[in-house]
Amino acid sequence: MAYQLDQLIPTGEGTLLLNVGPQHPSTHGVLRLVLELDGEVVVRCTPVIGYLHTGFEKTYEYKTYHQGVTLTDRMDYLAPLSNNLGFALAVEKLFGIEPPPRAKVARIILVELQRIASHLVWLGTTALELGAMSVFLYCFREREQLLDIFEMCSGARMMTSYIRPGGLAQDLPAGFEAAVERVLRTFPERFQEYEDILSENELWLQRTVGVGVLSAEDAIALGVSGPNLRASGVGWDLRKTNPYAGYEEYDFAVPVETAGDSYARYRVRLREMYESLKIVRQALDRLPGGDYIVHDHKIAFPPRHELATSMEAVIHHFKLATEGYRVPAGEVYQMIESPRGQLGFYIISDGSGRPYRVHVRAPSFMNLQALAKIAEGRLFADLIAIVASLDPVMGEVDR
Amino acid sequence: MSAEQAARRLQEQFGEAVLEVIHDRGEVTVVVAREALRAICRFLRDEPDLRFDFLSDICGVDYLTLGRRPRFAVVYHLYSLTHHHLLRLRVPVEESDPVVPSVTDIWPGANFPERETYDMFGIRFEGHPNLTRILMPEDWVGYPLRKDFPLMEEEILFTHNLPAARRKEKP
Repeated sequence: MAYQLDQLIPTGEGTLLLNVGPQHPSTHGVLRLVLELDGEVVVRCTPVIGYLHTGFEKTYEYKTYHQGVTLTDRMDYLAPLSNNLGFALAVEKLFGIEPPPRAKVARIILVELQRIASHLVWLGTTALELGAMSVFLYCFREREQLLDIFEMCSGARMMTSYIRPGGLAQDLPAGFEAAVERVLRTFPERFQEYEDILSENELWLQRTVGVGVLSAEDAIALGVSGPNLRASGVGWDLRKTNPYAGYEEYDFAVPVETAGDSYARYRVRLREMYESLKIVRQALDRLPGGDYIVHDHKIAFPPRHELATSMEAVIHHFKLATEGYRVPAGEVYQMIESPRGQLGFYIISDGSGRPYRVHVRAPSFMNLQALAKIAEGRLFADLIAIVASLDPVMGEVDR
Repeated sequence: MSAEQAARRLQEQFGEAVLEVIHDRGEVTVVVAREALRAICRFLRDEPDLRFDFLSDICGVDYLTLGRRPRFAVVYHLYSLTHHHLLRLRVPVEESDPVVPSVTDIWPGANFPERETYDMFGIRFEGHPNLTRILMPEDWVGYPLRKDFPLMEEEILFTHNLPAARRKEKP
């Protein structure tokens, strides 16, 4: 949130300082930009962040690992399940445990649906900002269908906390498979609908093609990851290069575009949604039965019905609820491919029930560094399209 | 080349400056001396068989309550887009002299995370182009992620508790 006073003094002759945000409908949250304009051209663009800083990393040190799951939802609130997964995998790595096969496959289905939901919000809001109201309404209609599935599973539409260290919070509900089948059946033609509206739309092309070009070298140097990097021609996807959670067993492609402009970022995300459907299809076909969480009551809560009959279950439940499970000492860094890029959880455990230090490598935080680079020298009107195309989520930027 | 081999290369190349190599849970941590950090980073980035061209992350750690000396550390996570391996560098930092050379000229993407580490731990990065607070307000006193910084609550101001709350704000 800090900015130096000299940023308020124009450097050039006849330039104008303009403050955009933090309360601005197009900044996807509370992003504030201090701009120096020469006429309509952006000379300097300084992002000022921190307005949504909630001190998650500090809070983690005072919560048990079990409570820590709920914090992950609130970081990237457009992809809570992906964040749940990152945290769960990191804690599992510390323990050295594997979730049961059913949980493993269910996780893949859920995070890929989450990727689609997140990209739908991106596509809808970006289109809205460029004046395509109908796409926004369509995207949110489809997203609602996905949120209904998340609600079925976890009871919450957005703050799911469903993927827990060791497996899932509870078993997949009855009707889950039918609901996912419905998504698989209807979504391809819906995606086609967006493409029909946008891909060759003159207005959309004029506002996106050649706008906000980011070269591959700059993107790598600035730490940009995810669809933004793949739109610049670097085919890096952690699901392929460093598979986690069983991604090596699925067959899918990594869409790459070379232009590096807003249109390329749109193409990459759109094609990723089709790929995600492909993964969900394969996962649903092989979804096995069995346990949804590890059968170790030092880590996972005992089933509710056991509490009435088993003294041991009561003790385990009490221990887990009051002091949480003790995680072996050590440090791990778990990377996953979230819808926005490389999401990293760095956890240091001192062997107690609470993490000693948790650091989150938030993709949006790093991606935002590229904004100044690609906005400078462009028209002010393009800036809104550029911010939107980078897809920052401020909950994750500020943490 | 794997991260283990990269650690061995560093030991061969820099000898004394590599203080320790830790293998744990399939991850490799190389503890390096502050003085050699920039040379090591450059080496890691430019050597063709290492090629750590992607700075994944920088963060600080405060070991106060673990009782480890020195008190602070700065942790770098480096990734190679060519070889797809990950390496963790840890630089111990003394409490009396919390300064680390900046790597913003090696990886421009170090800008934000170095500012965040400064903001949260008060560790200064020498040579950083704009080392200011990034997440906390500019007039904030203290460094929130240090272990001796208490977890605080701000009292919510209502009309009925306004005078009392205002009195509490003044130390």
